[in-house]
Amino acid sequence: MVSWPNLVSQLFNGLALGALLALISSGLTIIYGTLGVLNLAHGAMFMVGGYAGFVAYQYTHSFIIAVIAGSLFVMLLGLLMERGIIRQFYHRPHEDQLLVTFGLGICFVEIVRLIFSSQSQIVPPPPLLQGITNLGFMFYPTYRLAVVGIVAVALGALFLILYRTRLGMIVRAGIEDSVMVDSLGINVYRVFMIVFGIGAMAAGFAGIINAPVVSLTPGVGDDILVETFVVVVIGGVGSFPGAILGGLIAGEIISVTSMFNPGYAYVMLFAAMTLVLVLRPHGLLGVQGRE
Amino acid sequence: MNDNLIGRGLNLGISRRSLLQSSAGIVGGSLLPSIPAFAEDKPAIGTYPAGVSGSTAFIGIAVPRTGTYAVQGEDELKGYELAIEHINGGHELMKKISPKTTKGVLGKELKYGVADSAAKPNEAVQAQQRFISENKAIMVTGGTSSAVAVALNKLAQREKVLFVCGISGSNDTTGKDCVRYGFRQDFYGQTAAAAIGPVMVKTFGKNKKAAYLTPDYTYGHTVTKSMQDFLTTAGWTTATNQVSPLGAPDYSSYLLNVANSGADVLINVNWGHDAVLSTQQAKQFGVLDRMKLVVPYQVPFIARETNGLMQGVYASTDYWWTLEDKFPLAKMFNEAFEKKYGYKPEWGAENAYISFAHWARMVEETGSFYPPDVIKTYEKGETLPSLVGDVHYRAEDHQCVRPVIIVRGKLEKDMKNKEDYWEVVEIVPGEGLMQKPDAFGCHLGNYS
Repeated sequence: MVSWPNLVSQLFNGLALGALLALISSGLTIIYGTLGVLNLAHGAMFMVGGYAGFVAYQYTHSFIIAVIAGSLFVMLLGLLMERGIIRQFYHRPHEDQLLVTFGLGICFVEIVRLIFSSQSQIVPPPPLLQGITNLGFMFYPTYRLAVVGIVAVALGALFLILYRTRLGMIVRAGIEDSVMVDSLGINVYRVFMIVFGIGAMAAGFAGIINAPVVSLTPGVGDDILVETFVVVVIGGVGSFPGAILGGLIAGEIISVTSMFNPGYAYVMLFAAMTLVLVLRPHGLLGVQGRE
Repeated sequence: MNDNLIGRGLNLGISRRSLLQSSAGIVGGSLLPSIPAFAEDKPAIGTYPAGVSGSTAFIGIAVPRTGTYAVQGEDELKGYELAIEHINGGHELMKKISPKTTKGVLGKELKYGVADSAAKPNEAVQAQQRFISENKAIMVTGGTSSAVAVALNKLAQREKVLFVCGISGSNDTTGKDCVRYGFRQDFYGQTAAAAIGPVMVKTFGKNKKAAYLTPDYTYGHTVTKSMQDFLTTAGWTTATNQVSPLGAPDYSSYLLNVANSGADVLINVNWGHDAVLSTQQAKQFGVLDRMKLVVPYQVPFIARETNGLMQGVYASTDYWWTLEDKFPLAKMFNEAFEKKYGYKPEWGAENAYISFAHWARMVEETGSFYPPDVIKTYEKGETLPSLVGDVHYRAEDHQCVRPVIIVRGKLEKDMKNKEDYWEVVEIVPGEGLMQKPDAFGCHLGNYS
């Protein structure tokens, strides 16, 4: 299957796949980078975003409303999680944080399964973005092309919030030294809550944007969570630009390897992660010593 | 320490009186008229007789309730539960399959435990080991993933507990990984390929190019191999074989390879949600507009979940509910299932139900739960009723010889009701589909 047209197709597909992975990973890395909490419920929140959007779509048949509903619902869920549970765990060991978020993730998945069963649900893309586009060198689903643009805009907006606003400055300061930020009279916990909400919203947004690409099942977040962690590890845990770089690298590895031997696509992804961990334990764009 | 043990062993402490009493008992016992085999006559093996010493017998069920095969696992579980209810209640349908069944099996009420295997062999084995150790399960079942079925085969043989296999499409289950203690009712790669292959050649012609989507485990590899072997005889070639892990979250890179392969037909061997997702994404990438789709090992609920993409698609299956027009037992089963669960049964439920019914019949005919004797009853190869006509189990590999049903997805305008997804094209008799019993390297192992 190795041919120039196929290589170009796979490189392009790797870019599209990577963009999606970057979007999903960004929420995870923002929360970890700021709060130091490795949120194992991230995959479940991604899934909840898809289902919340699905419900909104059922009632309105509007994809835009579905996107807004999916994002806002998971943001609200994230805020409640942070206020009700996560806040109690900031000063507890990482093991406790992992266990509580893992448990919450299971609860979310099983509640969704209880309501919707395991049968897959479909959210169609908006009518304008349905069908296939001829790119000259390949045919590609129009919606996936649009996703690349949507993800670029979404990640750009997150970048602006984190790097060009006062809130972003406080968040980044909180990442470096939350005690110092607190001593300057800034309510760090309120910032943390907002950050958790933004991270959750990113997961929900990714969930509903991803819904027309896959069919929704309660396990859709479990499948993607592993890849998301690989992306974050490659890019650097807690690094927002790292999530983007890691996503793109992961997408390209999966796509290009599958051209040579599809059975090794995921093997190569994990091999790349191992290599990064050996050569640069904090990831490609991670900073040593960040907690 | 050792000396003490030896000393105790030598000093048996048997009095002359007790020796005489024991001898009298043995001689007296040998003079009694011979009576049918009861539990007490047989040596203990596996969970026998401990598992059936009371008024109940326990069955361990491990099906996927989460993961990529969850939907199919739930359907399978419903089939098991209905069968147990019918066995315990002496239902009319059960009596037609197992005439000696009145209430329970040999008068013992069936109890059961359910574990979520998530289609993972280690989780299934751990759960069944627990059912065997703690509940003294007299029979275990599970599958939906052939990797699970193969692992439970090994467990059953090691523990000497009967394994009545659930859904499993791998040739290995009753091939190289077969065991004396395992039995499979459903169709599998070899019979699926031998049944659907001629239909494909007749429909699409000779000398075509096929692209395969293959899940990376025993089921996928053996089904793809069987399809390739058959189609090669008609001059078909393999344009590409895209192997993907179970539960792959995205098929875009595989489908690009398929799109660029120049294939005429896409043979999707994926199963469960993987089959649903890969088919939907094949549509998104325009693959289904350029090549014909075939599903050699049909997936329960795939027509409903892919929302019209199965229209005109050929598939081979164990069962489809419209067979009730031809088989009275199928009609009885459909009615009972729909009354209880509110929808038409798919083939996972059918396989589960009939497998348990056959097991109940075998135990009743044996007159004992003693596993080696039950196995020998299966191995007689007696003709048994099923929901799709008469079947029998082969003694050499414990595979049920049963028909394979060829179906084609109905166009929406031809559907008579919302569950009328498939048209039965052909019922292919099982005998001509089977490989020679030793073709896949089956060596059953010991009875005890």
